[in-house]
Amino acid sequence: MAEREQKKRPTPRESQEQIDETPAASEEGEKLKSELDDLLDEIDEVLETNAEDFVKSYIQKGGQ
Amino acid sequence: MAIPKTIGVETEYGILIRGTDESNPIAASSLLINAYLNADREGPAPRVGWDFEDESPGMDQRGFAPVGSMPPEVETHLVNAVLTNGARYYVDHAHPEISTPECTNAHDVVLFDRAAELIAIKSMIAADQVLPDEQSLVVYKNNSDGKGNSYGCHENYLVDRQTPFSDIVTHATAHFITRQIFTGSGKVGVEAPGLTSDEVPFQVTQRADFFEEEVGLETTLKRPIINTRDEPHADAQKYRRLHVIVGDANMSQVSTYLKVGTTAIILALIEDDFLPRQFVFDAPVRAMREVSYDLTVAEPLPMADGTRMSALEVQWEFLEQSRKYVEERGTEHVGGDVAVDVLDRWEHVLGALEDDPMQLADQLDWVAKYRLLQSFKERHGVNWDDAKLRALDIQYHDLRPYKCLFNKLDVATIVDDADATVAMLSPPDDTRAYFRGECLKRWPEQIVAANWDSMVFDIGDEPLRRVPMMEPTRGTRAHVGNLLEECDEAAELLEKLGN
Repeated sequence: MAEREQKKRPTPRESQEQIDETPAASEEGEKLKSELDDLLDEIDEVLETNAEDFVKSYIQKGGQ
Repeated sequence: MAIPKTIGVETEYGILIRGTDESNPIAASSLLINAYLNADREGPAPRVGWDFEDESPGMDQRGFAPVGSMPPEVETHLVNAVLTNGARYYVDHAHPEISTPECTNAHDVVLFDRAAELIAIKSMIAADQVLPDEQSLVVYKNNSDGKGNSYGCHENYLVDRQTPFSDIVTHATAHFITRQIFTGSGKVGVEAPGLTSDEVPFQVTQRADFFEEEVGLETTLKRPIINTRDEPHADAQKYRRLHVIVGDANMSQVSTYLKVGTTAIILALIEDDFLPRQFVFDAPVRAMREVSYDLTVAEPLPMADGTRMSALEVQWEFLEQSRKYVEERGTEHVGGDVAVDVLDRWEHVLGALEDDPMQLADQLDWVAKYRLLQSFKERHGVNWDDAKLRALDIQYHDLRPYKCLFNKLDVATIVDDADATVAMLSPPDDTRAYFRGECLKRWPEQIVAANWDSMVFDIGDEPLRRVPMMEPTRGTRAHVGNLLEECDEAAELLEKLGN
């Protein structure tokens, strides 16, 4: 499959934005979005209360 | 010539001590493991220690130890236990680490990796019972603290000693660089020197930032893509153990399954000299990072021959050759029927990555995490450098079931938790781990030490007896199941083994 047709070759920055802006337009997308909404409600409840302090406190010694 | 793959995974977990300002991760890791070993018992559990007799982590696959290279230290004074499922549970470099028992296929590796997570969860609960009320230990299955400190999830594959190491270096490097598109666990920001999170707000892997060399012996500094540690834990005349340090620790079982399953197959292709061409990246260390920073997985990278190829293209070609290999030579050396399923899932994942990676939010870690963070970011109108997104990133890997964000994402699984619960205590049937685990179940008081390739028995007045296990595929249920059933005492077993 070396001759596999090359898709558009965006730069990483462009591509990231492209993914960011992909709209959830289809029906499946809508369903996904509503599931995600429920999930985000739940996550707001379990997320570490002070995110900044938590991130600062998460220090590990280097390992292998 | 390809040999059947014996495979294991070793995971160093992140650990956090909550409710105190004191931070001693070595003591915390020891406490965690001791709490697990003593759980469900009255009084301390019998301790079967690790036997360091045959450890030589300074040996190099290339047959020399380079001046100035630093082999890892062997820390004998820390907790170091062997479990009845054949696994090792110990403190390594200030982290709790669990090595799975030896397995023969990717499915079983996932099973025992999930069993290891369940062991870590049970350890946290047990630790809470011995700690003061306000304190607790939390274990994270990730590879980075986001501040430049990394800890590993290593894979081990037994390969034929006859295979030239340079062939392994060439082909495995290409696979390790490009397999990241499905093995990555995802990470907010970047920890490689000279880059900012404006340039890399989110990347595919946890580990790519930490690799600085192409080939080498180190595992804690100047980490190489190909690690040369030559310590087979088996007959060194016949075998190498390829010690793979580039992988992420995965929450997604599909990611672990593909990581291990595809690598086992590629190694058989290398042993049988089956690959028709080499994929040599012009700058492998840079390519590791470029692949990790490219969420499209389609960015072509410069190859040594002047052409350009994307990670996805190289993976398509590896898949095509792997299919051809299995058609022509069967699955004997690549994990049996599991390999057929690995090929199908591999193809599905590559197809979806090519079409739109976001389709894989219920399969792969990095996509699941990216979609979650992206949705959170939109809802709360925050930027990628917001602490909340970094907190979510870490909490994705929190092994406490009620806090673990991965758990809430409904990602596909490979194994049942009921089976993994059994695998917390029982070894796989089809490697020497069976003999190790079953002996430990039956005679824990009479085994003073064990390691990958031997067990040391103390049966009273006589000198200690060492039983060597230099063949990883011997000591299986088929070989020794009946023998173990016949023996009431360890002494009887040793007598029958002619030891």
